[in-house]
Amino acid sequence: MELRVEGLTVARGGVPVLEGLGFSLKAGEVLVLRGPNGSGKTTLLRTLAGLQPPQAGEISLPPETIAYGAHADGLKAQLTVTENLMFWARVYGTGDIDAALSRMNLVSLRDRPAANLSAGQKRRLGLARLLVTGRPIWLLDEPTVSLDTASVGLFADCVRAHVADGGAALIATHIDLGLEAEILDVTPFRADPDAARVQGAFDEAFL
Amino acid sequence: MTTTRTKQANDRWNWLWEWANPVKFMSLSARALPWVTAITVVTLVVGLVWGFFFTPEAAKFGSSVKIIYVHVPSAMMAINIWVMMLVASLIWLVRRHHVSALAAKAAALVGVVMTVIALITGAIWGEPMWGTYWAWDPRLTSFLVLFLFYLGYMALWAAIEDPDTAADLTSVLAIVGSVFALLSRYAVNFWNQGLHQGASLSLDAEENVSDVYWQPLVICLVGFVALFVLLLLVRTRTEVRKRRVHALEMRERMSDA
Amino acid sequence: MIALLMRDLRLSVRAGGGFGLGLAFFLIVTVLVPFGVGPEAEILARIAPGILWVGALLACLLSLDRIFQLDFEDGSLDLLATAPVPMEGAVAIKALAHWLVTGLPLTLAAPLFGGLMSMQAPGHWWMFVTLLLGTPALSMIGAFGAALTVGLKRGGLLLSLLVLPLYVPTLIFGAEAAARGMAGLANSTPLLMVAGITAGSVALLPFAAAAALRINLR
Repeated sequence: MELRVEGLTVARGGVPVLEGLGFSLKAGEVLVLRGPNGSGKTTLLRTLAGLQPPQAGEISLPPETIAYGAHADGLKAQLTVTENLMFWARVYGTGDIDAALSRMNLVSLRDRPAANLSAGQKRRLGLARLLVTGRPIWLLDEPTVSLDTASVGLFADCVRAHVADGGAALIATHIDLGLEAEILDVTPFRADPDAARVQGAFDEAFL
Repeated sequence: MTTTRTKQANDRWNWLWEWANPVKFMSLSARALPWVTAITVVTLVVGLVWGFFFTPEAAKFGSSVKIIYVHVPSAMMAINIWVMMLVASLIWLVRRHHVSALAAKAAALVGVVMTVIALITGAIWGEPMWGTYWAWDPRLTSFLVLFLFYLGYMALWAAIEDPDTAADLTSVLAIVGSVFALLSRYAVNFWNQGLHQGASLSLDAEENVSDVYWQPLVICLVGFVALFVLLLLVRTRTEVRKRRVHALEMRERMSDA
Repeated sequence: MIALLMRDLRLSVRAGGGFGLGLAFFLIVTVLVPFGVGPEAEILARIAPGILWVGALLACLLSLDRIFQLDFEDGSLDLLATAPVPMEGAVAIKALAHWLVTGLPLTLAAPLFGGLMSMQAPGHWWMFVTLLLGTPALSMIGAFGAALTVGLKRGGLLLSLLVLPLYVPTLIFGAEAAARGMAGLANSTPLLMVAGITAGSVALLPFAAAAALRINLR
């Protein structure tokens, strides 16, 4: 199981933001994405998750291995913690949510509607969703937003356990999670807006 | 998972797809414009003047019948333009040629104006003919539905910011809309026939019109087609330029960031 | 897939408005029309199938933008798109959930509301049958329109504009089938057309709607 990226160009609104990106992520590895705001980290993660097509280059990964954790947690305020999590567990065909609840320290909150959770608790529930997907490669976009120090530690433990278990994680984050991780700074790959465009880029024909 | 959107391989239709390159389109259309303009002016002036002033008054209808020279061509174009938009949308979805999507966008406004002209001239003509400006005649109703389709299509274009997303979504709408437009046509026929038996109010132009009226009508039809091509070229050129401005602005914004 | 259906149903029950809103709107239309038209039973009975159909259609329209918009806003649409559920299936399920909370209650209520419109005996039955055949198409076409407009601010009005012409054939055939049935005339042609539109919409529109959603998520 390996995620491999070669010569990848990703675009936002038709304009390339990152160009010529190449890296690989094997089982047991954590790769941390760094780069200033707006540098294209989210766009890269969305492209890897298959939500948008790459403009050029190749992404190779085994099918059905990706679990994507976005900015938004996709929680339904009217459903309880259990119901929210159970839904995703069923969608991914796993079904066991107890382990995920206890690892994210949500057991005491399990019957509370998501509407009554604090921001940090919501985030923890969002991360617990990753645990129930059973997918080996996690793509995480700023997972620690609104988490307190203890919860960040909890999350780091989860990632560590996941990786030790043969999983892998690609995390866009600004804080140090205390993980043994490679760091990929996307800044050198930022697309030069004045450079000649790759063949087939959206607006190339109009310039 | 490999996606590379490069130009399609050369094939024997390549001469046609060349048109779809915006730069090429701009130069070709610039050269074509004077000719199309000339054809439009000549055919429209000849057809309309002949039709309005040099045809005999019809015994039953008086001179009101002469509105046929605007009504029939505009009605015909209203439908044909939608078909053209459908084809352009399909080309965009399959081959991703920008000019095709922009041509569909450019055609919509011409199409909606033609539909409105057809509806208004129909109402004006309907008054002396049937004694009413509006009847829920199958044809009139179909045009009203077509008008709504045009409005929805244009509103969707206007509502979406990203030009390529807009092109994709409007193309999907054009395809689905065409199916439902056909269904509506059939439904409307069925519905009105169900209300008053037989006796359609509509006058079928081709059958009842003698040669005296027919010849200028053909010229008018050609004139309207030429007018559409002219407007389409001008508007597509405008859209291409707008896209160019948009692309330059995006590039500017990205280099500032 | 079943999980998605259960979640959507549970949400619409808990969020309130799902069931009630469309039905209340339908009732309002049916009550207001006699005030506007006058109480003569014959006139009311004659226009009843049309009014009930238009009322059901508008009630359906009311809740269309909720099909995808809420999931889009809280990010679950993104997550669903990356989940092992085909987008076409998710669209069809969401349309089904919409039908279960709006179309089906409207269908069940229509014979009752027909009474308010002085509808006579076979009319109730035909209202029920035509709406049962036609409302799934309304939900599916509406889901397609909702998929087109999902990312847009103030997409609701645009959604109505896009969907209304698409609703025309269903409305014509549905109301015609009900009216003919009520008058004791043969109505198999419009009835078959309604069923055909529903079958065609359910079979094909999920693909168009899923394509539109993918474009919008891009």
